[in-house]
Order: sequence, then C-alpha cells, then structure tokens
Amino acid sequence: MGGQALKLEVENLRQGYGDNIVIDDISFSAGSGEMLSVLGPNGCGKSTLIKTLCNVHKPRSGSVFIDGEDTLRMDPRELAKLIGYVPQTMSSFGYSTVYDLVLIGRKPYVDWSYSQEDLRIAAQAMITMKVDCYAETDIQALSGGQRQRVYVARTLAQRPEFYIFDEPTSAFDLRNQLDTMRIMKSISHEQNACVIVALHDLNLAIRYSDRVLVLDDRSIYDIGRPEDVITSKMIEDVYGVTADIIEDEHGLYVRAFDSGRDDVADRV
Amino acid sequence: MQEDESTIRKEVSNPDSMHSKEREGPSREQELMDNKAEEIQSDRIEGIYAASLRRKSLFVLAMLAISIIVFFLSLAFGSVDIPLTDVLRSIGHNIFPSWISMPEKEWYEVIVMNERLPRTLLCVLTGISLAAAGTVMQGLLRNPLVSPFTLGVSTAASFGAAITLVFGSTLFGSAFYLNFSFLGLPMTVKNILLVIMSFVFGMLSIIIVMKIAKKDASRSTLILSGVVIGYIFQAGISFSKYVSDDEALREITNWLMGGMWNATWSAIVILLPIVIICVIYLERLALDINSLSAGDEIAKNVGIDLEKLRKRGLVVSTLVTSACIGFTGVIGFIGLMAPHMCRMAIGNDVRYVLPASALLGSAILTGSDIVARIIIRPEQIPVGIILYLIGGLFFIWMVTQKQWGARL
Repeated sequence: MGGQALKLEVENLRQGYGDNIVIDDISFSAGSGEMLSVLGPNGCGKSTLIKTLCNVHKPRSGSVFIDGEDTLRMDPRELAKLIGYVPQTMSSFGYSTVYDLVLIGRKPYVDWSYSQEDLRIAAQAMITMKVDCYAETDIQALSGGQRQRVYVARTLAQRPEFYIFDEPTSAFDLRNQLDTMRIMKSISHEQNACVIVALHDLNLAIRYSDRVLVLDDRSIYDIGRPEDVITSKMIEDVYGVTADIIEDEHGLYVRAFDSGRDDVADRV
Repeated sequence: MQEDESTIRKEVSNPDSMHSKEREGPSREQELMDNKAEEIQSDRIEGIYAASLRRKSLFVLAMLAISIIVFFLSLAFGSVDIPLTDVLRSIGHNIFPSWISMPEKEWYEVIVMNERLPRTLLCVLTGISLAAAGTVMQGLLRNPLVSPFTLGVSTAASFGAAITLVFGSTLFGSAFYLNFSFLGLPMTVKNILLVIMSFVFGMLSIIIVMKIAKKDASRSTLILSGVVIGYIFQAGISFSKYVSDDEALREITNWLMGGMWNATWSAIVILLPIVIICVIYLERLALDINSLSAGDEIAKNVGIDLEKLRKRGLVVSTLVTSACIGFTGVIGFIGLMAPHMCRMAIGNDVRYVLPASALLGSAILTGSDIVARIIIRPEQIPVGIILYLIGGLFFIWMVTQKQWGARL
C-alpha cells in the first residue's frame, strides 16, 4: 500500500444544506505523502468540505476525483478502500469492544467473515495506535483520548490512501493533541498516504502541515505552505483578530490578540 | 514532552529519513527483532479474537441446547402431563410408523401431535422472529430500546388482523371462510388474509418510523414515536372491537392478549418458510449491521449503502414479525429482552447475537407458554399477559441501569 502516488482533485465543488450554500465553487488538490490542513473560522464549512470529500454528503455540484476518476461514479466499496474517515463526533452502540470497532475498517474487504489477514491488519492497527491492550474492552469504558485512538486505528485497518480527519484535536488535552498530530504526520510520511485534516489550532497547523488551506466566506482564501499562508494579514482577514507571527528556535508560532472589534460575535 | 517535540521537529525538517531505525545505525538485527516482537504481539491479539469467537459460538450452542430442552418440556407439560418417553414415542411413531410404536395411552399421541407440537412450534417460530427482528432493528437504528413491540409494529399488525376478523366476512362474504387444501393441510382464506393484513399495517408503522428516523431523531424520540404510533393503531383496534359482533369480539379480545389459540399445522406450514428465509436473510446482513455500530458516517465510509440497508433490514424484520403476530396476537418485549441479554453475554457482534437471541427468544416464549398452560390448570391464560409482566419489569430494569446513561 501507499506505493503509488495518487492525487485527489476537487473541482468547482459546491455544497450546502437547503438554501444555505456553505461552500461555493472551490477547487484544489492533494496528493500522496502530504499532510494538508484545512483551516478557517467556525461555520466556514470545514466539516462540510471534509464530509463531502469522504462521500458522506454528495456534492451539490462539482466533483471530487481520485486519480482522474469521479468518486461519485466509483463503487462505494472500492472508494472505501481509498478514503478513510475519522469523524469529529464518535458514537458507539452498547457492548462493542475495541476489536469489534477496529474490524469495521475491514468491511470493504469482506462479506461475512474475516480472514486471518484481516485480523492481522486489525491487530497491527491496534498496536500502532497503542490500543491493543484494550482489544477486549468495551469502547464506552475508554476515555476520550483512548477512544479517539481506537477510531484512528479503525481507519488504519481500512488501509486507505487518503486519510480524512475532522477536527481530531478539538476535544483533547495538550498531550493528546500532539500525539494525534504526530500520528497523522507519520501516516502521511511513513505510509506515503495523503492526510487531509480540518483544524482549529493555527499553531498545530504551522508545525505539522506540509500545506494549509484556508476557507473563508464559502471559498478558499489561500492555499500553500504554512509559513506563506498563515500571516498576520490572513488572521486579520479571516478571523478578525490581530496576531503576531513569531519565530523562535522551535519555528513559527501565532500569538493572537483581542482585536477589540465586535464583529466576530456575528459569526455563526 | 520536550523530547517528543524535538523528534517531531527533526522529522518535519527532514522527511526523507522518517525511518528512525535506519538513523540509529547498524541495527538491522534490532529491526528484525522488532518485527518478530510485533508479530508475536499481533499473534496474541489474534488469539484473543479467536478465543472470543469460540466463546460466542459456545454461547449460541448453549442457547440452542436451552431452547431444545424447553421445546420438549413444552410438549410434556400442560393440562395433562405426559411422560417424556411417550412424547418421543408419539413423534417417533409419526415419523417411522413401522419402527416405533404408539405410546400405551393412545390419546397422548393425539394431544402431542394435534395440540402441543403445533402450539410449541408456533411459540418457537414466533420467538425466533421477534428476537431476530429486535436484534436487527436495534442494530439498524442504533438504539437498544427498539423492538417490533416498542416501535408500534406489533400494535399496527394487530390492527390489520383485527379489521380482518371484524370486517373480513362483510368484505369477502363466504369466500372469507373458504377452505382449501395445501400439502394435505386445510387452509383458510382467513388465515392467509390475517398474515397479509398484519404485514400491510406493520409496514405502515415501520414506514412512519423510518420517516422519523431519517430526520436524525434522538433515541428517546424514536421510542416515543413508537409508543404514539401504537396508540393510534390502538384507537383503530378499539373501534373494530366496538363495532364487532359478539363472536368476533371474543376472538379479537383473546387474540389481542397474545396467545397460541391459532396454533394449527396449517399456521406452521405458512410461517415456517417465511421465518427461515427471513432469518437467513437478516443473518446475511449481520456484518453490514455491525459496521453501523460506530455511526452512520463510518458505515458510509466503509462503503455501506445505508438507506438500502435500513430499508431492507426493517422491511424483512417487519415481514417476519407481522406474519407471526398475525397468528399469535400481540406478544411484547421478546424482541427487547432476548437481544439485550445476549449482548450482555457476548457483546455486540450481530453475526452471533442474532442466532443466540433468536434461540433465546424461542426459549423465553415457549417457557412462558408452559407457565401460561399450567398456572391455573386445567384452564390456561394468554401467554401475552405473562410477557407483558416480565417484559415490563425488564424494561424498567433496563432503563434504570446506570451504564445506560451513556448508552441512551
């Protein structure tokens, strides 16, 4: 896996709910081996974009292509072998064990019973995410951070080429945030997979992403290398906040100030 | 923490040398050992899974054993207690007339073959259907409190049956009572119509439920809607009772309490193929239903066509339950109790929970029917009453459990 270089291309994508257009006519692409962060204020459509990429929602118009093929036209099972999704909210039904949940990732490859290879892949995914000691534990008994790792392990077991995360760090403490970011980074580099992640934290984005995409007002504000895109001007324009970008021995970081303006409160 | 971040920084600044082991120098051996260690570890984890599968299969077999024991007890006990040897003799004689002789008291054979065997088989089939349907509905709607009964399917199907009993003779005239022979068994148009009408109205209720579920209803909303759907059809049933004549009224009243009065061989012949086909079909959906347990979005992500799966699963569950309910009347809570008990015992893998709870459902219903027959011997009470009682208490216990806070 991961040997081939694949490209995910978004073309003129438009998406919304009812009369409300959330994303209007955006185009970009992402490829194997890179980690692309999607940034933007609350309500800018990050989650909507993420869910559309994973085919949870069908696009209003426009298309998502993988290797030149329209994902809408692909067999859902084949698509499942290409795109793995880690949602923001995780629900589970009573009495499911960690093993049960990770094996769901093998669903695109099986009909009714798992082969030895499926079990091995699931076991390895649990080892990678360090949840193997909980294999027989009820998911509901785990903490939020552990549960997140189980859900990532589930996606690893799916062996996709594109990993799509929806704000994986927003509910976590510092330790878990950094762990999650490091895991995503290593997925993209070691497995030569593409990781697309919606993020809130600009500092995490600067430190870990290969490229960042900033969404604002239904469209792409900017896309490129984090140090080029994350600037005082961008933060002022998109978030309505004054900020300094400071460089020290650890690299760049963002220090934001209260701009004293009230228009932020008007956002969704 | 500090260390951690600095390694990350190194990795970020030099993505080409991601394999940290290579960086550490001449440790090819180390790497081999690591691989070996990982292999052993994953062997161990696979072993855990294999053991859990064995445990689950064993549980299914245990349920099979229990339901077989209860099956024979049900043949032996009743207004007259028949020794087990005579029960076996009666059945054996009918299968191999020249090999096995009749029991000494020949009326035992009549009781077993004409009364108890069809009655027990109806209990078994109904228990299997209700519990299997409950398991599937709970999995599809990701709600541990749904079942054919709590979603209003049972009441709706009863309404279909009630109007058949009351208005059948008016609508179809003498054709309603027409007899014909199928596989040497007498069939009535009435019985066939009961099944069809139960199914039609059972479907109507499940369509309403699906419409509600689509709007992302919360778990309690879904149950409340089920209760209210039940009330609406209850109104229809009351109306049918009010306008019916004495004979039909008695039939409906008995029937609504849920009992095994309609247990005839012709009922079994109609139900047997329906139950077998539907349960096998549902079992084949088991792994798809499993992937729903982590949420709709993940199910979609692993390539499941959710809408199709829900539609198929709910329609087939409704078909199999309403067909049985058409003969037995309202039997509550089995579809709730049996799957829940099995989940507590073996976890959430529908591939195993479905057969286990189907067998347990059959044992619960057959067992309750034995009680219904002997509690005020020689009279009997409708088995539905017993299940309302046990099931009601079980439901209260279930919703007051602490861990349900997270699960509901």
